[in-house]
Amino acid sequence: MIDLSVQIGSLQLANPLIAASGCFGYGVEYAGTVDLSSLGGVAVKGLFLAEREGHPPERIVETPAGMLNAIGLQGIGVHRFVREKLPELRDLRATVIVNICGSTLDEYVELARILSDADGVAALELNISCPNIKEGGITFGCSLHGTFDVVSSVKKVTHLPVIPKLTPNVTDVAAFARASEEAGADAVSLVNTFLAMAIDVETRRPQLSNIVGGLSGPAIRPIAVRMVYECRRAVKIPVIGMGGIASARDAIEFMIAGATAVQVGTANFVDPFIWPKLLDGIREYLRRHEIARVADLVGTIDTTSREKQWISS
Amino acid sequence: MPVDVEARVIRNTRLSSDYNVIALAAPEIAAATAPGQFVMVKPGRGHDPLLRRPFSVFEVLRANGRVEGLTLLSKRVGVTTAMLFDAVEGDIVSCLGPLGRAFALVDPPEEAWMVAGGVGLAPFAIMTDALAARGTRTTLFYGARTGGELFYLDWFRARGVRLVLATEDGSVGERGRVTEPLERELRSARQAARVAGGLQASGNDLTVDACGPGPMLEAVARIAAARGARSQVSVVRVMGCGLGGCYSCVIPVRDGRGGRHYVRSCIGGPVFDGAELVWD
Ligand SMILES: Cc1cc2nc3c(=O)[nH]c(=O)nc-3n(C[C@H](O)[C@H](O)[C@H](O)COP(=O)(O)O)c2cc1C
Repeated sequence: MIDLSVQIGSLQLANPLIAASGCFGYGVEYAGTVDLSSLGGVAVKGLFLAEREGHPPERIVETPAGMLNAIGLQGIGVHRFVREKLPELRDLRATVIVNICGSTLDEYVELARILSDADGVAALELNISCPNIKEGGITFGCSLHGTFDVVSSVKKVTHLPVIPKLTPNVTDVAAFARASEEAGADAVSLVNTFLAMAIDVETRRPQLSNIVGGLSGPAIRPIAVRMVYECRRAVKIPVIGMGGIASARDAIEFMIAGATAVQVGTANFVDPFIWPKLLDGIREYLRRHEIARVADLVGTIDTTSREKQWISS
Repeated sequence: MPVDVEARVIRNTRLSSDYNVIALAAPEIAAATAPGQFVMVKPGRGHDPLLRRPFSVFEVLRANGRVEGLTLLSKRVGVTTAMLFDAVEGDIVSCLGPLGRAFALVDPPEEAWMVAGGVGLAPFAIMTDALAARGTRTTLFYGARTGGELFYLDWFRARGVRLVLATEDGSVGERGRVTEPLERELRSARQAARVAGGLQASGNDLTVDACGPGPMLEAVARIAAARGARSQVSVVRVMGCGLGGCYSCVIPVRDGRGGRHYVRSCIGGPVFDGAELVWD
């Protein structure tokens, strides 16, 4: 019997697979294609206090082995989420991780308060890394002080595990993992998307209405793996890895690099039935390598005689 | 509930240097598809293309009384459509569906008007079969740039569909936009009904169903509204997932309070009431 459970702070996940925020709607949209209770967790679309319209189309464009998005965090706001979506997610027995975004520190704190009182929230993922909106979010995620302040302020008002989601759009991501840990984070998740752009050369117009957007998908995977590896070495709290996972092999790569759990975003668009395939693939790998618990795979990268001198952390 | 089928290409018919009709062995999807619904398609297994692309189901194929598969009408514009154009019998295409909101079929099933622009013909073959099964009198207003891009005309004629054609170069049918004959015929139908008196003069007896470029859909919605007819339009958006997960395919819809909000066209559409949409 293979044990797929993993521990994120006080939260035990049935397995290491989490649906990535913004790539799985509010979860309920996918109830027809996957049994939500079979997932380790469901990170719902980023929520502000208020409803938001998001950016005008075009909001996505495909790029080599990836996609750019500038959705602009269209969403129903936390109150409607708690009223309209959470009861259904509870009925579906999903482990709900709520991704929250604020324009101000107070907004994160208020969101955390509301969600801590709601029934059926398992953890809070702090989106301090959305590249697509001007106000808030990434302004915290790109400053070590900002990151520390958001995490420590939210920690003061909630009993839920707090998982800041880090941006890769910084020089030294490990420093942000460290700031998060010092502020009391229960885990960190990474990566959010890479700020990028694409231009239609015939019309010379940007292909997204927002001009720039976030790159996701297989194209970013090697960079994301490197960043997870760096963070794992920098902190003791669990690292949740993501970025371009499209197969069990990819998920395993992240875990070997140091991810305790992984999130899958873009690949769910390509194949909404991917989840049991990923789980089966992970199980098969563990069996083949005679590893009884998936947790024992985490961080098992063997760098013997391959140490890179430039890694500072 | 949608299913994902690794569908074999049954055949691939080139209609011109850009257009093709590809037949896919996806009977479980075909049997469940209502007119106007779509599938998300990905040829090949690699990362180029990465995302699926949406296609309206064009026909449901039947052989010996059994559903055999479905066809898609495709115009070569990008990677996916180029691969669909080049596909040969036996190739495998991932096909996820059926998805989205279908056209509501006109009720009572007296008369239906369909308006197609270019590749916007896609939902109207399956629609014609559904209408024929109910004995509905059907007219297709069909426009394209040139006569060489008007397809399946005999197919529609064989099913008793009255065709009103228009091309921008005037090579077949009327010269200009297909919405011009639509407007003219709607006006005279209204006048005739008024002269005859009776029920039909009262208004919402006629529905105009349309698919094609945005400006055409806007014109159809406006013309129908001006003559008291209902319109249903099938919109085409860039889509990421087809299931409501990504929020990329949004379209502005009136919210009933004088404002507007973005609705995901994959689950809120792709068929909308023409009067609901905000055109900008
Ligand atoms: C369309 C889209 C919307 C996203 N929305 C959010 C969001 O609301 N909150 C968030 O933290 N991350 C969001 N992300 C980032 C993903 O959660 C994930 O970090 C990123 O896409 C990398 O993973 P992937 O390559 O598996 O997609 C979004 C990504 C995409 C493609």
